[in-house]
Amino acid sequence: MSKNTVAITGNDAAAYAIKQINPDVMAAYPITPQTALVQKFSEYVADGLVKTEFVTVESEHSAMSACVGAAAAGGRVMTATAANGLALMFEIVYIAASSKLPIVMPVVNRALSGPINIHCDHSDSMAARDSGWLQLYSENAQEAYDNTIQAIRIAENMKVRLPVMVMYDGFITSHGIEMVDFLDDEVVHNFVGDYQPNNPLLDPEKPLTYGPLDLYDYYFEHKRQQAEDIKNSKPIILDVAKEFEKISGRPYGLFESYQLEDAETAIVVLSSTAGTTKEVVDEMRAKGKKVGLLKPRVFRPFPYQEIAKALSHLKAVAILDRSDSFGAFGGPLFTEIRSAMMEFGKIPENIDIIYGLGGRDINEQDIEGVYNQLDAIAKSGKVKERIQYLGVRE
Amino acid sequence: MAKLKEVSKKQDILSSGHRLCAGCGASIAVRQILSACDDPVVVASATGCLEVATTIYPYTSWRSSFIHNAFENAAATISGVEAMYQSLKKQGKIDKEMKFIAFGGDGGTYDIGLQSLSGALERGHDFVYVCYDNEAYMNTGIQRSSATPRGVWTTTSPCGEVIPGKTQYRKDLTGIIAAHKIPYVAQASIWRWSDLIDKAHKAFYTKGPAFLNVLSPCPRGWRFPSEKTIKMAKLSVQTNFWPLYEVENGKWKLNYKPKERKPVTEWMEPQGRYKNALRPENKQLVEEIQKDIDDNWERLLILCGEK
Ligand SMILES: Cc1ncc(C[n+]2csc(CCOP(=O)(O)OP(=O)(O)O)c2C)c(N)n1
Ligand code: SF4
Ligand SMILES: [Mg+2]
Repeated sequence: MSKNTVAITGNDAAAYAIKQINPDVMAAYPITPQTALVQKFSEYVADGLVKTEFVTVESEHSAMSACVGAAAAGGRVMTATAANGLALMFEIVYIAASSKLPIVMPVVNRALSGPINIHCDHSDSMAARDSGWLQLYSENAQEAYDNTIQAIRIAENMKVRLPVMVMYDGFITSHGIEMVDFLDDEVVHNFVGDYQPNNPLLDPEKPLTYGPLDLYDYYFEHKRQQAEDIKNSKPIILDVAKEFEKISGRPYGLFESYQLEDAETAIVVLSSTAGTTKEVVDEMRAKGKKVGLLKPRVFRPFPYQEIAKALSHLKAVAILDRSDSFGAFGGPLFTEIRSAMMEFGKIPENIDIIYGLGGRDINEQDIEGVYNQLDAIAKSGKVKERIQYLGVRE
Repeated sequence: MAKLKEVSKKQDILSSGHRLCAGCGASIAVRQILSACDDPVVVASATGCLEVATTIYPYTSWRSSFIHNAFENAAATISGVEAMYQSLKKQGKIDKEMKFIAFGGDGGTYDIGLQSLSGALERGHDFVYVCYDNEAYMNTGIQRSSATPRGVWTTTSPCGEVIPGKTQYRKDLTGIIAAHKIPYVAQASIWRWSDLIDKAHKAFYTKGPAFLNVLSPCPRGWRFPSEKTIKMAKLSVQTNFWPLYEVENGKWKLNYKPKERKPVTEWMEPQGRYKNALRPENKQLVEEIQKDIDDNWERLLILCGEK
C-alpha cells in the first residue's frame, strides 16, 4: 500500500481534493449529507492551509450567486451542495452555465423533499440535468476524489468553460469509510495548473457586461451555442482522463464496462449501486452466467452513441434509475438510453427498474433477481412489465 | 462637499442612450452616486428597470464592468466579485484599487433580495449597496412592494369598491439595515445632489459594507409629468416623507431639517397614484398618513439627538 492510501469518508476525500485544488473562492452552505465536507474545508481555512476566500453565505441561493460573481470576476471557484440546497440554487445553476462560468460543485446525492428525507437517491442532480452543467457520477470515495480533481481541468478548458457537478451517493459514499489513494499536493497543483481568466470583471482596462437582457432576436442563438459547447466537452473529458491516468494509474472514460463485452444480459446503473452490482456479476459469472454491467460516469454530455453501441450486442438490458420522472415513460436514465439505442438497428429488450428512492436499500439478492428476470426475458423475448419499481411496498 | 463644476467634468459610467423613461429618477441617482467614485468600479444590478433598460443585448450602457445575475441576489453576486478581488489581491495577482457597488430596486431590496443583502452585510464585504427606491415593482408594471406607501394605487393594490389602494405602511428598510451595525448607512435624495454625492463618497471610501437608500421618483408609476422628477424628490423631503439622515458607525445624524414641514397633501396631490386617497371620503386616511409621518419624524429626531 502506498503511503498516500488512507481510510476516509467520501466527504473528507472530496474536501481533501478541494484543499489540494486550493480554489480562489469557495462559497458554500451546509446541508446533510454534504455538511461534513463544508466543516472539513472550514478547518483547512481556519488552519491557514488554503489561500481560498471562504464565503460563508446565508443560503445555497446566495452560494451559487456568489460563485457566479466570483467566477465572472476571474478566478477558480467551487461550492458543494445536496438535494434541497441544489433545488434552492436552481435559478442560478442555470445562470452559471449560460454565463459559461467554470464552477465545480460536488453534489452529494440526496432525495428531494417532500416529504423531507436525508438519504440517497438521484432526484436532486437528475432534476438539474437540463441546466447546462456537465455531470460526472462517482461510484465511491476514490472516484469522488478523482472526479473532483478532473472536473477542474474539464471545466476550465478554453474549449469548454462550463460548470461541472460531481456526484457521489449520500451517506453510502459520503459517510462510509473506504480506502482512498491520494495524490501528492504537488502533483495535484501541477495537474490543475494556474487558472486562466477569460473575460474577467476585474480588468478595468477591458470593461464588459455580464448577464444582459437577451430577447427573441439573440437568445435562441445563444442557447444553440450552449448546446454545441457542452457537446464539444466530450473529447476534452477523455483527454483529461488520459492525463489523469498518467499521474494516478487510474483509468477513466465516459462510462465503465464490467464483464460487458461477452455478456448476454446487463444492468446499467449509476454510482454506488454499481459497486454492489459488480459483486453480483462476479458471483453469477462464477456460476457460468453471462452477465455484465455498464456504469455511466458522464451523464452530461450524455454519451448516447457510445453507450448504445456498448449495449447493442445484449439480449436484454435493465436500466436502474434511482429517481423517477413522474408521469414520464420511465426514469431519466432509461428514457435517454432507450432513445439512444434507436440509433443502432438491433435493440436489446429493455426494462426500467426504479429503485432506492429516499435511501431504500438495494441488496445483492435484489440485483440477482434483476439478472434472473433479464435471463427470462432473453429466453422468451417477452417483457411483462416495462417500467418497474423495485423494493417498494405496493 | 461635492462641487458641481468638478462633478460635471467626470465621464458618466452610465452612458446616455439607455432606455429608462424620460425623467426616471433611478438614472439620476446612479449617475450622481457613481460620480463619487475615484477608482475603477464593478457594478452589479438586480433585475428591474435599471438593468433591463441598460443592457439590452448586444448593447450596454455601462462604461465600467457590470454584472446582472438575477432579481434577488445582487448583494450575494457582488459579494462573490469582492471575495475574488480580496483573494487575488492577497495572492498578489492583482494590485489595483477597485470598488464594488450593487444597485437594486425596492422590490429587489426590501422584498425578494432582503435575505441576500442581510447576509452580505453581516459577512462584512467591502462594498456599497444602493436601493433605488421607486416604491413599487415598476419593471413588471407597477405592482406593490413593501416600500409602497399606504394609500397608493398599484396594479396589485388597486383602488376597488372595498379596498382603497395599499392598506399597509411602508417598511423601514433603512432602519433595518442600520440594525445590522454596518459602518455606514444613509438615506438620501436626488434633489439634494451634493448631500447624495458626499454620502456616496463616504460609502465608497468606508471600509466594509455601506448602504444608501435613495428615493427615485418614477413618473410612469407615480403618475406625474416627467419634467417634475426633481420637484417630486424635493417635496418628499420637505414633507418629511423621506427624511435625509445617516448612521455612521452607529451615530445617527440628521442631514436636513425643513424650516416648516409641508403637509403631506403637497407631496400626494401631484401624483396620480394618490388620486383615490385624496377623495373627500378618505379624509381620515390622509390624516392617518400625516400622523404616521410626524410620528416617524419625532422618533428620528430623538435618534439623531435633535431632541
Ligand atoms: C425570481 C423572480 N421573481 C420575479 C421576477 C419578475 N420581476 C422582474 S423585475 C420585478 C420587479 C422589480 O421591481 P424593483 O426591484 O422595485 O425594480 P424596478 O423595476 O421598480 O426598478 C419582478 C417582479 C423575476 N425576474 N425573478
Ligand atoms: S417605469 Fe419608472 S423606474 Fe422604470 S424606467 Fe420608467 S420612470 Fe424609471
Ligand atoms: Mg421599484
